[in-house]
Amino acid sequence: MQLDKKLIGHSFKPFTTTVEAGKIRLFCKAIGEENPIYVDEAAAKAAGYRAIPAPPTYLTAVTNDDPDKGGLLRLLNVDIGLILHGEQHYEYLAPVHVGDKITCQQKVMDIYDKKGGALWFVVSETELKDQAGKPVAKAKGITVVRNPDAAKK
Amino acid sequence: MATAPKFADVKVGDTLKPIVLPPISRHQLALYCGGSGDHNPIHVDIDFAKKFGFKDVFAHGMLSMAFLGRLVTSYVPQAQVRKIGTRFTSITWVGDVITVSGKVTGKREEGGQKLVDLEVKCTNQNGQDTLQGDATVALN
Repeated sequence: MQLDKKLIGHSFKPFTTTVEAGKIRLFCKAIGEENPIYVDEAAAKAAGYRAIPAPPTYLTAVTNDDPDKGGLLRLLNVDIGLILHGEQHYEYLAPVHVGDKITCQQKVMDIYDKKGGALWFVVSETELKDQAGKPVAKAKGITVVRNPDAAKK
Repeated sequence: MATAPKFADVKVGDTLKPIVLPPISRHQLALYCGGSGDHNPIHVDIDFAKKFGFKDVFAHGMLSMAFLGRLVTSYVPQAQVRKIGTRFTSITWVGDVITVSGKVTGKREEGGQKLVDLEVKCTNQNGQDTLQGDATVALN
């Protein structure tokens, strides 16, 4: 298995998704977050937010809501069972709240290998903008692909 | 509700109050699969995980990163969080007990903001770091 470095620079089709209260509630249940600002609009407003805020790493649920889910793996022609998450970085530029319509645009920034091609690394960045076109966050992820051929040698 | 410390009161080396999580359960991974929209079966379907060479399902890296987020927002209100990033350094298995901890590594003023840099990490019950991250928060 070898990844195609010509895919560096590839831009995915942007998509827009609405931040939903019910999905944030499920996310908070999953991560054990019990702060009422994430589930109760009155508590959020009392704390100074204009609506329920999305928890910091909820942005992963926003970027995962791509109708063309799995686009990166299809582009790379990689099976989902071979990937691991190497790194993730979020930069927060403005708050994201319930009701916001967030547009995500992902781009492949780099592709490289280590250990003689046993592991491949795919760096991608996603820009998130709100309904006014204002950037609200940047997400940078590194996906690690385990080369199934390396194990057979 | 986090009440942020004052910039002037923060010192490099200050520690954040750690959070000890309940053992990771299969149920939690199922909830996180739905809640995060990460539907990779490797985290919830043991047959699939074994097919790809793993002994069992394992936690989403992003679930542990959410624990880092919980630590940071227990230190300052979320509106003051500027950056959170991490490397995923080892796998978190079902049953692992994760502790999230952090400390202040730097203070600086930049673009009119008073910023504090944090080292944040997840450590398992064997003392092994599973996530090694960093965060930046703005204080008054």
